[in-house]
Amino acid sequence: MSANPYLPDMATVVEVIEETPNIKSFRLVLNDDDKMKTFTFQPGQVGQLSVFGAGESTFVINSSPTRMDYLQFSVMRVGEVTTRLHQLKPGDQIGVRAPLGKPFPVENMKGKNVLFIGGGIGMAPLRTLFTYMLDNRSDFKDITLLYGARTPVDLTYQEELPEWLGREDINTVLCVDNEYPGWEHKVGLIPNILLEMNPSPENTVAITCGPPIMIKFTLQALKKLGFEDEQIITTLEKRMKCGVGICGRCNIGTKYVCQDGPVFTYAQLKQLPSEL
Amino acid sequence: MERFITEANLQQFAATLAGKKHVLAPVASGGTTCFRRLVPGMRLDFSRMAVISPKDATFPRNETLLLVQRYVEESGKKLELKEQLPEGECIVIGSRPCGARGKLIFDPVYETEAIKDPYYLRRRDNTLFITLSCDRPESTCFCHSVGSNPADGTGSDVLLTAVEGGFFARAITPKGEELLADALFEEAGTRAEEAAAKQTKARELMGQAHDFSSAAAKLLERFDDMGFWQAQSNKCISCGACTYMCPTCYCFNITDDEAGLVSRRLRSWDNCMSHTFTLEGSGHNPRGTKAHRLKNRVGHKFSYYPDLHASQIACCGCGRCIKQCPAGVDIRQVVMAAQEYVDER
Repeated sequence: MSANPYLPDMATVVEVIEETPNIKSFRLVLNDDDKMKTFTFQPGQVGQLSVFGAGESTFVINSSPTRMDYLQFSVMRVGEVTTRLHQLKPGDQIGVRAPLGKPFPVENMKGKNVLFIGGGIGMAPLRTLFTYMLDNRSDFKDITLLYGARTPVDLTYQEELPEWLGREDINTVLCVDNEYPGWEHKVGLIPNILLEMNPSPENTVAITCGPPIMIKFTLQALKKLGFEDEQIITTLEKRMKCGVGICGRCNIGTKYVCQDGPVFTYAQLKQLPSEL
Repeated sequence: MERFITEANLQQFAATLAGKKHVLAPVASGGTTCFRRLVPGMRLDFSRMAVISPKDATFPRNETLLLVQRYVEESGKKLELKEQLPEGECIVIGSRPCGARGKLIFDPVYETEAIKDPYYLRRRDNTLFITLSCDRPESTCFCHSVGSNPADGTGSDVLLTAVEGGFFARAITPKGEELLADALFEEAGTRAEEAAAKQTKARELMGQAHDFSSAAAKLLERFDDMGFWQAQSNKCISCGACTYMCPTCYCFNITDDEAGLVSRRLRSWDNCMSHTFTLEGSGHNPRGTKAHRLKNRVGHKFSYYPDLHASQIACCGCGRCIKQCPAGVDIRQVVMAAQEYVDER
């Protein structure tokens, strides 16, 4: 990051992937070769993307630090900035301020079973860690991914799903809310499928992200399965502007999600005032 | 260094300075007193506290962070970013002690080990404060309840105190001493004692201070008691006057504006009492009601900030939020109520 924390680095869009009808992934390369070569981040950290003239918004870096050909961000079209982001094409210029925030505690997960539970666009922050673990497979024990969306059309990272489903060294379960023509995987809500899967909490870390309602019931399901608060990790979303703990809108009491998060254990979340 | 200046000479001193530098001073304007850039023909108005604080000097209501120029060349579209760091000095004449001290609340947030806000730091380091101590505290004043007093020189370079025929001037910093070296300032004589007596009287006029010492803990205890916060915020109309008048409110928004091939990235004062402050793209809002928002504003100043920054209350006690609130919300009463309230749920 530059000495001026508000000054973005310029980057070029090298690839745009249409993930779903309202989600696109952008692969970016910093224009400054040296910066791109020395750029480091850890899974779970976020960045601010700028479309000059429209503004800046925060997204997780969902590529893995083990694959540094580009930085990938997935963007759901919901407002002004994301609408302008969706108009970008390969070759277009974009501003990036990254990395920001605190990453997943990867070191603490080594030697453990890892259970990923992602819902919809909530798969983005999981993808970075999931890919990182696939590239460092021997550091972790059993890896399970439960990934669901409303319909099969709403599943992101379709390009990668065949690989994830096909790998022998991971267990991938996909689900959608309702029956859908041609759908061969699970049907049902994520928390229910999770209970059905009945994963053991023994030496396991659960990492979940998705819409607030899904997280709420997933946490309940994990508790029912016997997971302790310290074994559950999530990553929060808040409206952010500065990204560096100054502008004052992403705080929950004394904690600033942009600086102290966005990754929190369920135990840490319980210590915070209830303002999610 | 201690000096004296007559009122006429202070007007002249200010006018001369304004010819050379950016001087921000209270002037009479449309029935009120407000800080303006002093230009020839304007006179200092020290008759009452300015409606809006002198915060603009170190943290303007809006400023350009970046200029972005777009080019279209044969090889494709190009963008050039330019930082717009502030230049030049500013001298604030006639801030009250609360305003000068209030700006210090920014420091531990805008300058940390990891993050240094270059826009704020430049302005802060290039701004001098010639502050006027208060001789007639108002009923809304409570600087004495937040660790200050009507003659507090903290955050100022020079402190003026009104005495017979003019002002007693005390330099607080070396830069303040340089200002007082001007020939318009005279020997202070015995006016130090006169000023001290005036300052003591002003402090006495403020009466008993509020005890906010248990606020940090009690506000957190009340966090989930939304009944309490609804009762406290019933009167609030979410206009945000309190935030815009406040010398210590430092939250901001960043927005872009665009005209043809040029766009600007702007920083503007923001208002945590507005529901859009935390509204997320999905439609979810963690502070969806005015009760949530008042809780955060009061909690930030009297609990979260003190927790993070050496027990310092993020309020300078100027009372502007009380005086200018169209609905009569009084932050002192909210904090006292939180401290005294017994939860009967």
